[in-house]
Amino acid sequence: MSIDSRALFRLTLVRHTCGAVAAIAVLYVLTTTAGPYRDLQIAQAAYLTCAVAGLTVLTGLGGQISLGHGAFMAVGAYTAALLIIHQGWPLAAVLAAATGATALTGAVVGAVAARLEGPYLAGATLAFAIGLPGLANYEPLIDLLGGQNGLAVPPPVPPAGLGAAFPLERWQAWIACLGAVLTLFLLANLTRGRFGRTLRAGRDDEIAAALAGLRVARLRIVATVVSAACAGLAGGLLALVATLAAPGAFPLALSLQLIAAIIIGGLGSLAGAVWGALILVFVPTWASDAASTSGLSHNIASNLPLAIYGLVLIAVTLAFPRGLQGGLRDLGGALRRRLPPPRLPTNPPGGADEATTDDAGARPDDRGGAGGRGERVRR
Amino acid sequence: MTKALLEVRGLDVDYGAVRALRGVDLSVERGSVTAVLGANGAGKTTLLRALSGLLRPASGTIELDGRDLTRAAVERIVRLGVAHVPQSGGVITELTVAENLRLGGLWRGDRAALARRIDEMYALFPPLAERRSLPAATLSGGERQMLALARALTGSPRLLLVDEPSLGLAPRVVARLMAVLRRLCDEDGRTVLLVEQNARSALSIADRAIVLDLGAVVAAEPAATIAADDRLRHAYLGF
Amino acid sequence: MVRFINLTLAGITSGAVFAAVALALVLIWRATRVVNFAQGAMLMITTFIAWSVIDAGGSYWLALGAALASGLVLGAVVERVVVRPVENKPHLNAVIVTLGLFVVLQAAAGMIWGDTPHSYPPAFTIRGLSVAGTWLLLSPFDLFVIGAVAAVMVALTLLFVRTDLGLKLRAAAFAPEIARLQGVRVGRMLTLGWALAALVGSLAGVLVAPSVFVGPTQFDAMLVFGFTAAVIGGLDSPAGAVVGGLLLGCALSYVSGYVSSDLVTMGALAALITVLMVRPNGLFAASGGRRV
Ligand SMILES: Nc1ncnc2c1ncn2[C@@H]1O[C@H](COP(=O)(O)OP(=O)(O)OP(=O)(O)O)[C@@H](O)[C@H]1O
Ligand SMILES: [Mg+2]
Repeated sequence: MSIDSRALFRLTLVRHTCGAVAAIAVLYVLTTTAGPYRDLQIAQAAYLTCAVAGLTVLTGLGGQISLGHGAFMAVGAYTAALLIIHQGWPLAAVLAAATGATALTGAVVGAVAARLEGPYLAGATLAFAIGLPGLANYEPLIDLLGGQNGLAVPPPVPPAGLGAAFPLERWQAWIACLGAVLTLFLLANLTRGRFGRTLRAGRDDEIAAALAGLRVARLRIVATVVSAACAGLAGGLLALVATLAAPGAFPLALSLQLIAAIIIGGLGSLAGAVWGALILVFVPTWASDAASTSGLSHNIASNLPLAIYGLVLIAVTLAFPRGLQGGLRDLGGALRRRLPPPRLPTNPPGGADEATTDDAGARPDDRGGAGGRGERVRR
Repeated sequence: MTKALLEVRGLDVDYGAVRALRGVDLSVERGSVTAVLGANGAGKTTLLRALSGLLRPASGTIELDGRDLTRAAVERIVRLGVAHVPQSGGVITELTVAENLRLGGLWRGDRAALARRIDEMYALFPPLAERRSLPAATLSGGERQMLALARALTGSPRLLLVDEPSLGLAPRVVARLMAVLRRLCDEDGRTVLLVEQNARSALSIADRAIVLDLGAVVAAEPAATIAADDRLRHAYLGF
Repeated sequence: MVRFINLTLAGITSGAVFAAVALALVLIWRATRVVNFAQGAMLMITTFIAWSVIDAGGSYWLALGAALASGLVLGAVVERVVVRPVENKPHLNAVIVTLGLFVVLQAAAGMIWGDTPHSYPPAFTIRGLSVAGTWLLLSPFDLFVIGAVAAVMVALTLLFVRTDLGLKLRAAAFAPEIARLQGVRVGRMLTLGWALAALVGSLAGVLVAPSVFVGPTQFDAMLVFGFTAAVIGGLDSPAGAVVGGLLLGCALSYVSGYVSSDLVTMGALAALITVLMVRPNGLFAASGGRRV
């Protein structure tokens, strides 16, 4: 690492720290001024932010889709619930364990997923998302996992120092927000550094990256682990906020909503992850409000958010292939100078390849025979 | 002199920002063989793809028999009697030889005539007859070229566009193929536009030839004139 | 032994349905290189349409006809409107668009018919047949399921192999540009391919409805089973899809019978992963895949 890049790194670190502190300050004001209902929504948005941010790193930067992040959240939630119920661990340890256990699951899934591509990967993770919640109903595990009803989690108790009247919802929001800020801070530093660069390189051209000495498969496993860890933390926070871990909380629709959130927010963008999570929380609220004011039936109101997500998924993919934020950024791109594109450390294979094509094409004295050979090689 | 069958004026074709053909003029007489010569990347394939509608020209006109084809869809151009044998043949390896042949004439919608044409093709190319129910994947390179040519002919095209049929074939097979192309013109009155890397064999059967270089026409002469022009031969044709 | 035979029979019946879903996926993959993640939702919609016909007093057969017809239309519309723009784009775009469609259809079904599952009648009795005093896990309705799927397979095979239209469909799927040069209207063929695939899917939906009930999320697992069966068969091969469906049906039936019915989806996941790790091109693919 040269002096320059080290200075740059320190600069970004400082910038991200400032951002995190500012975010905490804003969230403090928000949570203390909002009522319990809003606090709960903020908490939901916060834990969803963790999951969406993790997914956007995996899919946006790593190019790997996962329809199984709802299942990762389930792993985190059940881990947290079990530890709270049976071991009575302190909060931080519970959340760390939920993150760790899900990261382990992520390592297993990642080892498999690293070898899969496009639709195969999507199909396999889809099966994971649909299959895993079924485990809760598996006869030998019913006593442990509580079957269809799931596990009731005792709500976290606000520390006595905050006063006896401190609302539970605000405490839940604080925990969740702290988790979200920490996740975003770590991911921001991780993706700005070498990890993010190599991840993008592997996504853009797997073969070139491999030839340039990057271990694409290992990189993908690491990305899946990181991403799963975020989802695990999200799940653990969900267990604390919802005070419940049940299979019904992790339907396929949850995984699909996470996908919708990363697409809406702009693939690969951490700021977009926050927007995506906010949308996941506030669109349903808005829909039920709209339904009650305009007298829509329950069926329509409860399915309206899903319909919106789906339509937006389709529309965004057709209109802005890079996601809404990416699309807006593209529009503004002419005005604002963009960061230089990520470059591979070295790239001899790509260059060599182009050279042969050009050679064959551009030289007027190229002989028929030699050209014939070149043609055959090219095909 | 009757008007030419194919008349191309000022054709420009781009790949994104790269101009692959610039101001190409070409006229192909009815019942003749016209050779298109040039080095790799000269734009020969691009020209054929523009003629058959696979590429949309940036400007210029293409007329077949006085009818404007410049912006016509591939399917329509095929139905006007233009058959394109793409570079390396483009037989569909998952289909059998017989299915490939049938495909070439399906658009005419006349089953009896199609069956007759296919039998003629088997007579013209006996190796195909022996392999008619095998997947085309099992054919050799030369057999695939035969199949591609035969498939184009089952549609009884007026204008045949052939892209480097000699590629990778033994000299004897090339000579036979060239003879077949010549006969198509002399006996059936078809018109052939033949893209070739192998200038010597192409010139041996062509009436006229054009030479492309970097997307522009550098010569358009009777074949014999080009074959006799040492400067052209050395600069562009490599023999 | 009787138990094993019974589980195998049940496996063949459900395998026939998986095979139909797998076939729908394979036809679409082969033609457009898109895995239709909305397939489960599409057959859910057509099954709901059939349910509505029955609910309004229509006969079973009228309902089946309505499902098939709506499947045909839905498939064509989906291809034209939603899928056409992402054909030949990066895989991720197609995955996301079909997932978006999945979500939209599911939400639409919830809005129209509600989220509570409805029961669906079988065409014939589901009481098992008895042979030599032993009850078999094979009912007249199961025989109908197997027969209906088999009939559709035969009809499709004839269409693809024996007719000019089938030849054009295959050519358009294998080599679209070459097909266009032979005068095939490739766009139309792709639309028709999607329509046929959706028709097969809608048959599967009606056949499986009596056992899974009709609700917006009731058919999610069918997508997983169909996809797994298709991957076992190589994703590119209609015959492979059928064999894959039957194999998966039996395997899952054993899992359900000998282990637990709650592990069936996990069993499918295990099968899927195993196949993808060991033979990424499917169990029946000739070595080396075709073009990517
Ligand atoms: N799909 C494409 N995208 C961008 N550029 C292309 C494309 N196809 C061809 N070109 C470029 O257009 C030019 C002409 O290509 P074309 O294939 O027409 O050459 P050609 O004369 O047929 O050569 P060859 O004898 O090697 O077949 C070349 O410089 C080539 O690199
Ligand atoms: Mg060429």
